[in-house]
Amino acid sequence: MLMVSEKTIKNLVEKADLPASVKEELYEKLVEYNKRYDLKKTEVEAIIEETVKEYQNALVEPGEAIGTVAAQSIGEPSTQMTLNTFHYAGVAEINVTLGLPRIIEIVDARKNPSTPIMTVYLDEKHRYDREKALEVARRIEGTTLENLAREETIDILNFEYIVEIDPERLEKAGLDMEKVRRKLEGSFKSAEFEVDGYTLIVRPKKAAKLSDLRRLAEKVKKHRLKGLSGVGKTIIRKEGDEYVIYTEGSNFKQVLKVPGVDPTRTRTNNIHEIAEVLGIEAARNAIIEEIVNTMREQGLEVDVRHIMLVADVMTLDGVILPIGRHGVVGEKASVLARAAFEITTQHLFEAAERGETDPLNGVVENVLIGQPVPVGTGIVKLAMNLPLRPKRE
Amino acid sequence: MAAKKEFDIFAHVLVPEHRILSEEEKEELLRKYRIRISQLPQIKASDPAVVALGAKPGDVIEIKRKSPTAGYYYYYRLVVED
Repeated sequence: MLMVSEKTIKNLVEKADLPASVKEELYEKLVEYNKRYDLKKTEVEAIIEETVKEYQNALVEPGEAIGTVAAQSIGEPSTQMTLNTFHYAGVAEINVTLGLPRIIEIVDARKNPSTPIMTVYLDEKHRYDREKALEVARRIEGTTLENLAREETIDILNFEYIVEIDPERLEKAGLDMEKVRRKLEGSFKSAEFEVDGYTLIVRPKKAAKLSDLRRLAEKVKKHRLKGLSGVGKTIIRKEGDEYVIYTEGSNFKQVLKVPGVDPTRTRTNNIHEIAEVLGIEAARNAIIEEIVNTMREQGLEVDVRHIMLVADVMTLDGVILPIGRHGVVGEKASVLARAAFEITTQHLFEAAERGETDPLNGVVENVLIGQPVPVGTGIVKLAMNLPLRPKRE
Repeated sequence: MAAKKEFDIFAHVLVPEHRILSEEEKEELLRKYRIRISQLPQIKASDPAVVALGAKPGDVIEIKRKSPTAGYYYYYRLVVED
């Protein structure tokens, strides 16, 4: 009896109506068993056929209320989450919103997360060396005069704003006094800058009111000398054998252009920024990853399929919609479904004004009026060709 | 700022493969799922992935999504104007 070759198995498995990962597993198992038991071709075919049957039995039934199941499957573990945690595993210096507040933030599709963070990976050249990683971190880290200052005074008598700069911090930021002066001079045309050792003196060109000097001082202090806007502190951490930079604040678009950064792996926790730079499909992946990671952080496990459904619904229209009255529910076609959720009267009035009709296709509206719900067996409709006149013989 | 080299978004780990469907493939897709084209999920014409592909409103994009449960599967989006 001829032994079935691996190639035949491969061909047979390829032809089966199965998803890629199942095919792969089936193929590996078949090859292994073939070595041990010398399968016949008919046996291989029978196994594949049985697998397909099992797979089809495992599929979700048409009409299954997957949305409700997903909501409950995510909702129940959420009750066990800490209400407020502010810490980040390993990086104690950066605060990150975690737990339930983070989940709410993602699902509500907030424009700006309360603690934006970027995880910046580095390219081949900068990845393995702490010094080189620091170099890149300096390019990203936002630095203002305020960060460098040791002491600041407003001299009312001479009408000056004097800043004493900490030499250590200046060097750490990769700047020198001359660079600081030039940078500020370029940005503030209405003032003169003088450098004396590690002292910077700011003098407005026109003598004005004291309040003007104060306002100028405030602006100079907050002016970004280097780095990316929106980015504050950076922290370098070793992960495995490479260095990774974490940043407080996020500027995804700019960080990808910074030399030394690996733009293929760098990411942010601001989903809107991802959608803007990488597109809606990347945003969908980001939503899934963020939710899964937040859940895992809390020691909870939710089947990804539920989370994938949430992400799919949120990105259905090509923009990120929040789950709630401003997003997914607010976009529902049925008036009654919208009214049943929140702000009932407003929806009913507006619908009356427009003369909307409700075809009663959805679940909520049918619950509301007490009809069988189009879910499960309720989704099946019976169509019948009745004879117009009963035939009599 | 150094010379701005345009970064290929499809190289990013978060971005799946995108492809424009031909007219025949579009027909085939609609027939297979027995749907109208308006019933497809949408993607904006200004989406970075659409811009990179050069797709026009009315095109259908095939997305090869990685999935932890199925290995990979195909998803379709209709390009719409914003």
